[in-house]
Amino acid sequence: MGWQVGLDEVEAIAIGAGVLGTGGGGSTTIGRIRLRYELKNYSKTCQIIDVDDLADDDLVCAVSGMGAPTVSNERLSNGQEMVTAVHALEAHLGKKVAAIIIGEVGGSNAIQPLIAGLQLDLPVVDGDGMGRAFPELQMDTFSIGGIPASPFLLCDIHGNTVIFDHIDTPLRAEAYARSLTIEMGGSALLVMPVMTGAQVKAFIIRDTLSLARDLGHAVLHARKHQLDAAQTVAEAAGGKVLFRGKIVDLFRRTTTGFARGTMKIAAFQNADDVLEIEFQNENLIAVHNGEVICTVPDLITLVSLEDGEPIGTEALRYGLRVAVLGMPAPKQLTTEAALKVIGPAAFGYDNIPFTPLSL
Amino acid sequence: MKIGIDVGGTNTDAVLMDGRTVVAWTKSPTTSDVTSGIISALKTIIADANLDVAQVDGVMIGTTHFTNAVVERKHLQPTACIRLGLPATVCLPPMVDWPDDLREEIGGHYYLAHGGHEFDGREISPFNEEEIRQIAQQIKDQGITAIAISSVFSPVNTIFETQTADIVREVIPDANITLSSEIGRIGLLERENAAIMNSCLRELAGRTVNGFKNALAEMNITAPFFISQNDGTLMNADFAAEYPVLTFASGPTNSMRGAAFLSGLKDAIVVDVGGTTTDVGVLQNGFPRVAALAVDIGGVRTNFRMPDTYSIGLGGGSLVERDPIKVGPRSVGYEITEKALVFGGDILTATDILVATGKADVGDAAKVASVGKDFASQVEAEIMDMTTIAVDRMKTSATPVPVVVVGGGSILIQKDIPGSSELIKPSHFSVANAIGAAIAQVGGECDRIFSLAEMSRDEALDQAKKEASDRAIAAGATPESIEIVDVEEVPLAYLPGNATRIMVKAVGDLKGS
Repeated sequence: MGWQVGLDEVEAIAIGAGVLGTGGGGSTTIGRIRLRYELKNYSKTCQIIDVDDLADDDLVCAVSGMGAPTVSNERLSNGQEMVTAVHALEAHLGKKVAAIIIGEVGGSNAIQPLIAGLQLDLPVVDGDGMGRAFPELQMDTFSIGGIPASPFLLCDIHGNTVIFDHIDTPLRAEAYARSLTIEMGGSALLVMPVMTGAQVKAFIIRDTLSLARDLGHAVLHARKHQLDAAQTVAEAAGGKVLFRGKIVDLFRRTTTGFARGTMKIAAFQNADDVLEIEFQNENLIAVHNGEVICTVPDLITLVSLEDGEPIGTEALRYGLRVAVLGMPAPKQLTTEAALKVIGPAAFGYDNIPFTPLSL
Repeated sequence: MKIGIDVGGTNTDAVLMDGRTVVAWTKSPTTSDVTSGIISALKTIIADANLDVAQVDGVMIGTTHFTNAVVERKHLQPTACIRLGLPATVCLPPMVDWPDDLREEIGGHYYLAHGGHEFDGREISPFNEEEIRQIAQQIKDQGITAIAISSVFSPVNTIFETQTADIVREVIPDANITLSSEIGRIGLLERENAAIMNSCLRELAGRTVNGFKNALAEMNITAPFFISQNDGTLMNADFAAEYPVLTFASGPTNSMRGAAFLSGLKDAIVVDVGGTTTDVGVLQNGFPRVAALAVDIGGVRTNFRMPDTYSIGLGGGSLVERDPIKVGPRSVGYEITEKALVFGGDILTATDILVATGKADVGDAAKVASVGKDFASQVEAEIMDMTTIAVDRMKTSATPVPVVVVGGGSILIQKDIPGSSELIKPSHFSVANAIGAAIAQVGGECDRIFSLAEMSRDEALDQAKKEASDRAIAAGATPESIEIVDVEEVPLAYLPGNATRIMVKAVGDLKGS
């Protein structure tokens, strides 16, 4: 069933997208300011449709930001990149886009498509290709399902649009897009994947924008009524609170493009009870006193113990007081084919098998 | 000798310090003109210490005056913002996330221009002198003289902001100009917000700093004076008149720095027990550990760093309930001297409990004779539990650490807190703010993105440390006293090329101190 995103939904969606971001996907702070501003500018709401409302031959595309959040929070975008890129796609294919989809519901990329929907006067489909955040382009259900990577587009702040239309493998798409993004100043607008309505229906993870909204409302409800925000949001996500404590050790290192790190969280009043989390851009592996209790693609998210606000890996600090949430991944992410692309081994943890979260 | 003054919303505190010794101190009400309250406080400590004012080497003032002006929307000047970064940044204009009433109060004037830099130092677009000249003319035509200038990645390269300022000054000779690169870190909106708030406070800052000067002149104090900023370091008075925004959030920092000084400790947990709440913070290397989240001042996001504190509803005035035993969060607050049992009131407070156990001696102990000893012990145990849990939350290692207790309600803490190595209750705890101001050092910061493809990590760190140290020296620190107190490295996510953001803070002693 369709619904609308108006000013009252902004805060909830931003918080919920942060919870689904598992520490990555970029802060939603700029996104929420921008969505509020655009909703006021356009004096209308953004229409969200069910995936079944798409016709099989509809042209659909996802829009998202690519690059470093530190850059996109400083060098804010021009704002017209999505309109420019979608129009370029339409001209290239000789067909109008019927709806926008969300590529990645975790983090800032949940919000960009809503702004695109407002600017282009197009509906946005409830669902996405990740159900969380992942760092690379080939890590989504569309790519795993065999949807070709091209055509895809990158657009810079000057309005230059680059169309890639003979990409043979997802890895080539990732490599080209990443190096061009750096040339474009470390942050660019990406249109990918481009699909038919039938393809979207086959591979999308359904209703994840509704889920983000509901998780955000759970946090806001808990804050208002002084409930345990971590417990409330874990239940709303069908997961659980894995641990509560404070960050007592934080170790970061950079290896070929991706920030890797380990954090150690100690329980209150029992420093021997420790949860260790391996993270890259997202939180990936949770180890409780030596035992692996949650791994990617299941979701591991840190929220502030005081108010349930999700905490990104860029904001981690020694001494932060946190609750760690574990949430089961959508089924499409735990198939054998999917685990090859997004299981622990895909992130370099060869000796750790995917361990489904026990609830 | 040094004089430290804390001008708060309610009280103006002053201390006279000789080296590490507090010679005299006083608390007096803050006056609406600020100046007469300071004069009255100065008179008291000068008389108490029988001081020859020629012996004063420096006066350090901490104030919430400018924060309050923004919160109350008072004394703010119409301001224009010029942002350089076109064609980037159009998606969110300056002041977009401000509360409407504050934006309207200062006029909401902004102009977008070409310029700005990429993260790696390339130009986003060339600087256009004629464009800036036209903008300056439009600002002049509106009669606006307060101008904030922001440019994308100006913490990496300040050239476009300074070029813009030069042109604006040619067109508007009496302009008061704030450059975002001089006050903020990476994060355009927050840095720009700080620059705009600074501009709109400049007139008030000029008047206020003059008021401070006049107060000192009236007392024949000729020593230089300084104003404390949010990171616990000082700026000289003329600098403060130009950068009032840097005083935001200096209060909690001064209080914790004062606690560090009074206890002589650089690493400790500080428990500040007030009338209604207890705030627990952490001292690391003599400075408060800072919070991760953005700080909101009067509804505007900034990236100033506030001490990371954890608050619980426990204070000297906390209400005590009998069955089941409960302490706080409700409190009689500042009315404790009328309402608590020991002061002749009829409400059982946490303070009464400690008198009943015989561990504290305030008011009239006879008035709590009816409070059973067993019950009082149980309540005291509950107070200790609450404090222990709060301290444990803030501790980051299992090793016992010293705990420093300050604040008006510190009689509540009478025993060692489990997990602490010792319990220190320094004298003069109630004027920790003014002491924190009196002992402050001067500092400098570097916050930049370094490419580790072009230099080694050690070279990048050395360069960042040198930049921070140079800034501290420029702010008045003696080179031999410079210490690096904070180093933070955050690799840029989702980008290859080993680009790393490095933030370094250096502090040093003021010349002549």
